[in-house]
Amino acid sequence: MSAPDTPLLTTPLNQAHIDAGARMVEFAGYSMPVQYPMGVMAEHLWTREHCGIFDVSHMGQARLVGVSPLSAFEEVVPGDYIGLKPGKQKYSVLLNRTGGIIDDLMAGRPLRPDGTPDEALFVVVNGACKENDFKVIDAELAGQVRIDRLEDRALIAVQGPEAAAVVNALVPATADMVFMDIRMMPGLGTDLIISRSGYTGEDGYEISVPATEAVRVWNTLLADGRVRAIGLGARDSLRLEAGLPLYGHDLDETVSPVEAGLTFAINRNRREQRDFPGAARIVKELAEGPSRVKVCLRVLQGAPAREGAEVADETGAVVGVVTSGGHSPCLKAGIALAFVPPALKAPGTKLQVIVRGKPQPAEVVASPFVPHRYVRKA
Amino acid sequence: MRFTKDHEWVVLNGDVATIGISAHAAEQLGDVVFVETPEVGKAVKAGDAFAVVESVKAASDVYAPISGEVVEANGVLGDAPETVNADPEAGGWFAKVKVADASEYEALMDRDAYEAFLATQ
Repeated sequence: MSAPDTPLLTTPLNQAHIDAGARMVEFAGYSMPVQYPMGVMAEHLWTREHCGIFDVSHMGQARLVGVSPLSAFEEVVPGDYIGLKPGKQKYSVLLNRTGGIIDDLMAGRPLRPDGTPDEALFVVVNGACKENDFKVIDAELAGQVRIDRLEDRALIAVQGPEAAAVVNALVPATADMVFMDIRMMPGLGTDLIISRSGYTGEDGYEISVPATEAVRVWNTLLADGRVRAIGLGARDSLRLEAGLPLYGHDLDETVSPVEAGLTFAINRNRREQRDFPGAARIVKELAEGPSRVKVCLRVLQGAPAREGAEVADETGAVVGVVTSGGHSPCLKAGIALAFVPPALKAPGTKLQVIVRGKPQPAEVVASPFVPHRYVRKA
Repeated sequence: MRFTKDHEWVVLNGDVATIGISAHAAEQLGDVVFVETPEVGKAVKAGDAFAVVESVKAASDVYAPISGEVVEANGVLGDAPETVNADPEAGGWFAKVKVADASEYEALMDRDAYEAFLATQ
């Protein structure tokens, strides 16, 4: 978080956003485009139907370099990184000693152009958390890994059902990549670190490029008629429809990955080894169930329920809280992520959300709200 | 038509004021997805939050530009909140208020003054 008087940081694409007429806001200490003239609703729907590109250069990119960065990394996350196949990345959470989430992140072993894996672990963390994340990793893994921050690189997410066609046309070597593949390759006239991933629920790629090449790459992508620039407003509504948690809202240092519905990120061998921070709490929650769990809520009538709205059961007793919520452009209804007791987590459970003092009917629904369209087979 | 610094507009017909949000405010909000209008019969004071307008991103209060009693709310906005974007300064009105003191109206900005105010923002 930056103090009010601290000048905002900018990404290498800042001027391109301003020139495009974006409305710029503070986010994670950066001046970032919240929307372009097209507007949040149209940007959201464009990404679901075509292809949107997002400047996510505020996120923290780094290479962890050392003798065995994969096994070292396992000391701070609950995922199986020793077993991570070359050319793959994996979603995980950086844990504190009580099993709370310091940040959520992607970490992978990119394949180099010659087909061998890079010796480092490539990590991407949230912009608002990156200074603390790298401090924590450095403190915990001192002597085992060196953190090479890639502050001279921009990051562009290309998302939507037409994203693959757009990217494959410009960089043919990306065509055989599937969900969570990550590679280093020459392309777009520069050197790329590219993964088939994203945070909208759509198919797509995240492309790390040298900062000096970012504007040219951005404009090359925009030259394709299927592509529009998309701001943080639609990025948020897209990830919400995809049921994906947002750090600082749905996840924080008190929330465990079990509570947050992220048990897939706690691999079986790690559960048995119990050798990650907060393992005692997390293994206990896996065995006995946590005291609260994240659910997806659909508001059946009334205003969207937003972060902080109380959740009540059918008798009106307050049982939980909304951690992020808003209007779903695809479902044309209010949707929210909320934490409630596990007894109320089953889809179909009738609940209420309290908006400006008024109870409104809501229902637990299966996650995600809008189906994921990841491409898992070439 | 008169305006407030909070970007509401008012039209006074006899002692009934029709109230909405300015085209500038609607443009700034973006796509309106929900409007909560005040209940008929409610007494409002100038400056009170008396309605809520929600975009995809956020909820914003709408302040009563003038004191009085709510006599009608715009029922169209329940099913078609997007009317606020399509026609902010006419069909997208929020509520009608029976005005207690018409001098409050005279004290508000006319369009030229409002546009001059916007230019300073």
